[in-house]
This record gives sequence, structure tokens and C-alpha cells, in this order.
Amino acid sequence: MPEALYAITLIWGVVFIYAVMASIDFGAGFWSMIYLNKQQTRATNIANRYLSPSWEVTNVFIVAIVVALFSFFPGATFTLGTVLLIPGSIILLLLALRSAFLVFSHVAEEYKKGLTFVSGITGFLIPALLISVLPITQGGFIDSFDGNQELLLGKLFTSPSEYAFVGFAISSTLFLSSLLLADYSNVAGEMDAYAIYRKDAIIIGPISLLMAAFIIFTMRNEANWLYENILNYTPWMIASIAGFALGYAALWFPHRQKKAGFKGMPRIAMISVVAQYLFAGYAYGSAHLPYIVYPDVTIESGFTHPETFRALIVTYIVAFFILTPGFIYFWRLFLKDKRYVKPKES
Amino acid sequence: MDDLVIARSLFGMTMGVHIIYATLGVGLPVMILVAELLFQKTKDKDYALMASRWTKGFAVLLGVAIPTGTIAGVQLSLLWPGFMEVVGKVIALPFQIEIYAFFLEALFMSIYIYAADRLSPWMRIVSVTLVAIGAVASAVLITNVHAFEGTPDGFKIQNGEIVDVDPWAAFLNPSFLVTSGHVAVSAIMTGAFAIASVAAFKMLKEKGPNKVYLYHQKALMMGLIIGGLFSLLTALNGHESAQQLHEYQPEKLAAAEGLFETQQYAPLAIGGFTDRETEEVKWAIEIPWALSYLAGDRFDTEVVGLNDFPEEYWPPLFVHTLFNAMVGIGSMLILLSLIGFVWHKFLKRDQFPRWLMGIFIAAGPLSMLSIEFGWIFACTGRQPWVIYRIMKTEDSVTTSGNLGILFLLFLLIYIILMIATVLVLRYYFKRNPVSKEIDTNIS
Ligand code: HDD
Ligand code: HEM
Ligand code: HEM
Repeated sequence: MPEALYAITLIWGVVFIYAVMASIDFGAGFWSMIYLNKQQTRATNIANRYLSPSWEVTNVFIVAIVVALFSFFPGATFTLGTVLLIPGSIILLLLALRSAFLVFSHVAEEYKKGLTFVSGITGFLIPALLISVLPITQGGFIDSFDGNQELLLGKLFTSPSEYAFVGFAISSTLFLSSLLLADYSNVAGEMDAYAIYRKDAIIIGPISLLMAAFIIFTMRNEANWLYENILNYTPWMIASIAGFALGYAALWFPHRQKKAGFKGMPRIAMISVVAQYLFAGYAYGSAHLPYIVYPDVTIESGFTHPETFRALIVTYIVAFFILTPGFIYFWRLFLKDKRYVKPKES
Repeated sequence: MDDLVIARSLFGMTMGVHIIYATLGVGLPVMILVAELLFQKTKDKDYALMASRWTKGFAVLLGVAIPTGTIAGVQLSLLWPGFMEVVGKVIALPFQIEIYAFFLEALFMSIYIYAADRLSPWMRIVSVTLVAIGAVASAVLITNVHAFEGTPDGFKIQNGEIVDVDPWAAFLNPSFLVTSGHVAVSAIMTGAFAIASVAAFKMLKEKGPNKVYLYHQKALMMGLIIGGLFSLLTALNGHESAQQLHEYQPEKLAAAEGLFETQQYAPLAIGGFTDRETEEVKWAIEIPWALSYLAGDRFDTEVVGLNDFPEEYWPPLFVHTLFNAMVGIGSMLILLSLIGFVWHKFLKRDQFPRWLMGIFIAAGPLSMLSIEFGWIFACTGRQPWVIYRIMKTEDSVTTSGNLGILFLLFLLIYIILMIATVLVLRYYFKRNPVSKEIDTNIS
């Protein structure tokens, strides 16, 4: 049934965009907490300037994922909704605190410190919890009894696999965000901030790769079906590692301001590392098929009504043409316009 | 059974909180847009100042509207997985289109706030218009789902299977237009009265007609005019909503009016409490024939009473009070705007008397209460159904337990967020009083 395949691919695409945007968003919150007291560097300002206009748009993506899931795969809603009640609710609570306090911290300068801590700490807790959805869908943590399903929380939180994913989520969040912020500071000409974020990326990059290896390693024991499948996608995994290697190496490529002692081409590093995640994500997602939740829910058993599917696709296409100019305008105003990225000294 | 009650309370609480912020999130952009337009027309800097100050407040409110909305959207799947399975198959369109509206609002909201200094006046107006359109569309689309719950259409259930799905027919279900119109105009009305309330409050604190006083007076007039206009629209359209109930959900109208016996020339009961034992509305003022007229535009319209339905399908009887409160507040606010208008236009007085200002201050909170009453009436009055005559609420609820602790956690978060909103708004506007900004505006 190819329609279900289109639908899951679309969802995968939205998840991927959210994963990258959210990593940067959450990570930026974390960094702005870490560098809060370093007045002489502008590292915090850079993180905030990126964060302010972007979090709202990023947040819409998480709603978009939930809506896409229950619209395209209503048959998965029952299982996922039931099983994720507790972890989902905790994520919601943290997300609510974070978004609200992020906004408040812009308005109430005096309380900025305390508020920045809220957004910094939730900035790495949320990705850690969000990613727990993946080990849960890999099977083994759901107890089914007379038609009811229940998440085995105890088992989940004693499983090495869960911790591999958590470690991966946190390190990836910090890696991606430090790369983007390095690039952003570079564009802004904030070279102190650039040096700081570059150094962070250099430290965290290898850790995230190690965590990815750890995931594959634990998968072998805990979700062998997935491990077997993923071996079929070895070329994609190699491409992913190559993406990492290129991106990491780009941090030492010659810089425009070589004389001043700066190294690296952050734009290339950023793009290669996103490609790294794209390839790995594709391999993981393809290997996961046809299961949404192993072994109970597949993309076919959960699929929506075909009429609804077609109507939804029509709206996607229409919306694409309506919204794209908006996104481009947004991008130009906040990520390219030098007047925003690099305001005059005040 | 217990879990059902907790799940309903939890979801109702989430909605009750979200709706406060969301309603203002629909109403305020409209007011900001009007202020921007007035500024372009009159070149009076006060209007530009209003737009910029209201935008600050709006941004803070959105900081809670968005996360609570996110909670609402996800909680729908977490608490009512049975219901969402039907939603996914049949009425997914509004949710999906709503996402696009959110994108529109989020993109242009950020542009309007963070790029204001780089936009031409024309582009500012376009941006804030798109924000307003996005917000109104969010409200209309989510109400589409609510309308579907009351008047489901576009599918059949045969042997437990969902068949004959027509997603556009579900989208265009019979009560969609009227209901969503009611939600949209009542939200704009509430935004306008909220502005009027604050302005009236500030005017009372000023000694005489100085610059700050005049600034607030302009805001007050704007709030009263737009609020008055939209309260009229709300009432006219609410009348149609009631006629729709008569046609599609007669037991809800019967419960709203405390009517037990089916009859022509049915009386309208205002106030009082419905008594199950004596089957009458105690201490109510009865207007003979009025209910029949309201329901069908004729005095001999037959209005169905509760006794025509098995008692297990009756909505809770206290909805009569909620309905009365909503209609009562609505009518009072129309009157209030009229008084304000007459006072200003025909008596040619520049200042309103203190007692009138006091009532103006109450207008915003009352309007918000009306929204809450209306929603609780609409959702609770649909009980025991989550999809009218098709799916029962108790059959759609989650099977996982532990809801009690979640209820407490969410309650705690909502309390924190609501207190923090008030503190942050107070802090900001104390720090940046109008008097200070007017002066910098002129120099
Ligand atoms: C400022 C708010 C406000 C005001 C003044 C009114 N309403 Fe309202 N009403 C709402 C805000 C609202 C609402 C919160 O927006 C509701 C809840 C569900 C909905 O569709 O709109 C609603 C629902 C609602 C319903 C139920 C629809 C349903 O169950 O599907 C009816 C019959 C009316 N209204 C009728 C009226 C009448 C006759 C009014 C006369 C003045 C009135 N409303 C004023
Ligand atoms: C517009 C979209 C809305 C949808 C799709 C929706 C849907 C639902 C659902 C599925 C339930 C649970 C089942 C039930 O008890 O009826 C519910 C209950 C409830 N909703 Fe709504 N709702 C909407 C709007 C609102 C709003 C804006 C409020 C604001 C106050 C609200 C207040 C409540 C309350 C108080 C309950 C609990 C009902 C009870 O305890 O009897 N709803 N709603
Ligand atoms: C009639 C009642 C409602 C009104 C007027 C309303 C309006 C709004 C508005 C204006 C926003 C801010 C939009 C933005 O800036 O992106 C919002 C956010 C949101 N609302 Fe509501 N809403 C209502 C009921 C509901 C219900 C019942 C749900 C869920 C079932 C819901 C889900 C959401 C979600 C998920 C968001 C966050 C979107 C984001 O991330 O930007 N709303 N709502």
C-alpha cells in the first residue's frame, strides 16, 4: 500500500525538520544559561537573538507532528496515546514552563537570570524525554493484557537502550546548536562567541557519535529485529559517518580571518552535520518499517481512511504554496539580514 | 468511572485555562490592527503607542496561549484516544489546516514583534493583519471540531467499522458556520472589552484630563465601539446557535431552558435553578411564549422537552444557569455600550460618571466569564456524548490510570503560569508607564 508509505515519509520529514530545529532551539537555551555570567563575550546575546523569533515557529512543528500522526495513522493513536500518557504529560509540563518563561525573560529584564535557568535546564531535559518515544516504539516496554496496554516505566528506565538514546539526544542537541550558533556568530562578526561555540562543537561532536554507536550496540540486544534491518542500510550509515567526518574537519578549514587566528568554515560544518543526521535518520526510519509500534501497530494497520488521506494531501500542497513565501521572508529577516544578526552597538 | 471524571476535569481545566489566553489572542490582534490603521489615518501618535503597548501584552499572553494550546492538542490524544481515532479518520482536516494557521500567526507574529523597526508602515499592517487572520482562523478551525462533535456528518458506522467517509462533508457539518462565527465574534468582543476595562481603570487613577488621560480615553472609546458592535453580532448569532440546538440537539436546548414537557407556546425561563423533582425551574422569571418564538421564529413552534428522552441521555441540569449567565452578560454588555455611546454622542459629555466607569472596568472580566460559561455549557451540555448520538465520552477515555497525580501536576503548572503572567505584565507596565512613553514619543 504505497499511500501509507507516502504518509509515513511525510511524517518522517516533519519529524526530521523538528528534530533539527528543536535541537538548535533547546541547545540555544542551554548555552544562553551556561554563558549567562560571561559578560565580556556576547555568546548569550547571540543565543538569545537566534532564539527569540524562532521558538514559536519551532513549537508549531511539534503540534504538526502530533496532528500528522493521528490524522494519517489514527490506528496508532490508541496505542501511542495510551502508552505515552505519563512521559507525554511530563514533556508537556516542561514545554509549558519553558515557552512561557522564555517569553517572560524578554519582558522582565530583572528576572532574566532565574528565567534563563528554567529555559536552560528544560532545554536538555525535554530532548531526553522526547527521544524516549523511540525505544518505546522498538518494542519490549509495552505490556498488553485483555485489550489494554501499559507502559513498563520501570523496565524502560533500567534499560541501557533508553540511556543510549538519552545520551544521544542530549549530545546531539548540544552539538547541533553549538554548530549553528558558531555559524550565526560568524555571520554576526562576533568572533569571541564564534571561538567559544566552535570549541564546544569540537568537544561534543565525538561524544554524539559515540552515543550513536552505543545505540546500535544496545539495539542488538534489546531490539534485534531493528538491528538486523538496519544492517541492510549500511551504505547510509557510512554516508552518515562521512558527513560527520567532513563537518568535523570543516571546523579546521581555513577561515576568512585567518590572520587573526580563526579557523573553520562553520557553514560547511553545519550543512555536513545536518546531512549526517539526515542519512542516519533515513536508515533508522526505513529499518523501522513497517512498524510504528513494534509488534502491534504497522503503517498499514494504523492507516487512515483513503478519502481523508487524499483530502489531507490536497491541503498540504495548497499550504505549501501559501506558506513558503512566509518562511522565506522570515528567513531573510532573521537569519540573513545583517541589521538583525549584527545590530549596531548600543 | 473515577478515571473518567478525572480525565474530564483535567481536559476541562486545560481548556478553561487555554481559552482565557486564546480568546485574548484572537481579540487583541484585531484591536492592534485597528490602532495601526487609525494611526495611519489620523497620524495621532497615541494610536501608534497603543499598538506597540498592546503588542507587548499580547506577546506575553501568547507565551502562555501557545504552550497551553500545545497541551490541549496533545492531551486530546492522550486522554481521549478512542475519540481521536474517529477524528483521525473523519475530521482530521480542521486540525491539519489549523496547523497552517498557526504557522501563519507564528511567522508574522515574530516578524511584527522582532522586526518592527525594519518594516515599512505598510508591511507592519500586512503583518498584523496576517496575525489576526491566523488567530481567527485557529479559533474557527478548532471550533469546527467542536461543531462536528455536536452535529457529526460525513461518515457512518457499520458493525463497529467507520465507512462512507467524506472528509469535506464532515468539515462542512451543519452547525460549523454558525458556531464558529459565534466563537470568532465573541472573542473579538472580549478583546475589545478587555482593552476598555484597562483604559477605564487607568482613567480613574488620573487626576484630570492630562495627556495620559486623553490617551486612555481614546483607547476606551475604541474598546467600547468595537466591543458594542461585536456584542450585537454575538447576540444575533447566538440566537441562531440556539435555533441550531432546537434543530439538531433538542435535549441540550431543553436542558438549557429547564423544559421538561414538550409543548407549543413554550415559555422562556430566565434565572432560577432547575429542579429535577418538581420538573420546573424554581425562582425563575417566565416569559410566556418566548422560547417557542426564539427556537423557531413562531409562537406555535413545538419545543421538545427533556421527558421525551431517556434520562441517561440528559445533559446535566445546571447548564441552565450557565446558559443564562452567558446570555445575561451578553445582553448587559450591549446595553452598556449603548449607554456609553449615547452619553458621549448625544449628551456631548467628555467624561463619564464614576459609576459608569466602574461598570466599564467590569466589562472585560464579565465578557471573559461569558466565554467560559459558554464553553462549559457547550461541552458539558453535550454529555454523555463525545460525538453526539455516536460515541459516548466514557467509551473514548484512556485506559491508563494515574490520572489523579497528573491532574495535580497540571493544576500546579497552570497556577504558576497564571500568577507569572500577572506578575510579568504588572512588572513591565509599571516599568514603562504611558506617561514615560508619551514623552519619548513626542521628542
Ligand atoms: C462573550 C461571550 C459570549 C456571549 C456574550 C454570548 N455567547 Fe453564546 N457562546 C459563547 C460566547 C458568548 C462561546 C464561548 O463562544 C460558545 C461556547 C461554544 C460555542 O460555540 O461558543 C457559546 C455557545 C453558545 C451556544 C451553544 C452552542 C453549542 O452548544 O454548540 C448557544 C445556544 C449560545 N452561545 C447562544 C448565545 C446567545 C443567545 C447569546 C445572547 C446574548 C450569547 N450566546 C452570548
Ligand atoms: C473547540 C474545541 C473543543 C473540543 C474539540 C472539545 C472537546 C472536548 C472533549 C473531547 C471533551 C471530553 C469529553 C467530554 O467530557 O465532553 C471535552 C470536555 C470538556 N471541555 Fe471541551 N472541547 C473544546 C473546547 C472547549 C473549550 C474552549 C472549553 C473551555 C472552557 C472546553 C471545556 C470543556 C470542559 C469544561 C469539559 C469537561 C466536560 C464535563 O466535565 O462535563 N472545551 N471537550
Ligand atoms: C475556541 C477555542 C479556542 C481558541 C479561540 C483558540 C485559539 C488559539 C490561539 C489564538 C492560539 C495561538 C496561536 C499561535 O500563535 O500559534 C492557540 C494556540 C493553540 N491552540 Fe487553541 N484555541 C481554542 C481551542 C483549542 C483546542 C480545543 C485545542 C486542542 C484541541 C487547541 C489547540 C491549540 C494548540 C495546539 C495551540 C498551539 C499552537 C502553536 O504551537 O503555535 N486550541 N489557540
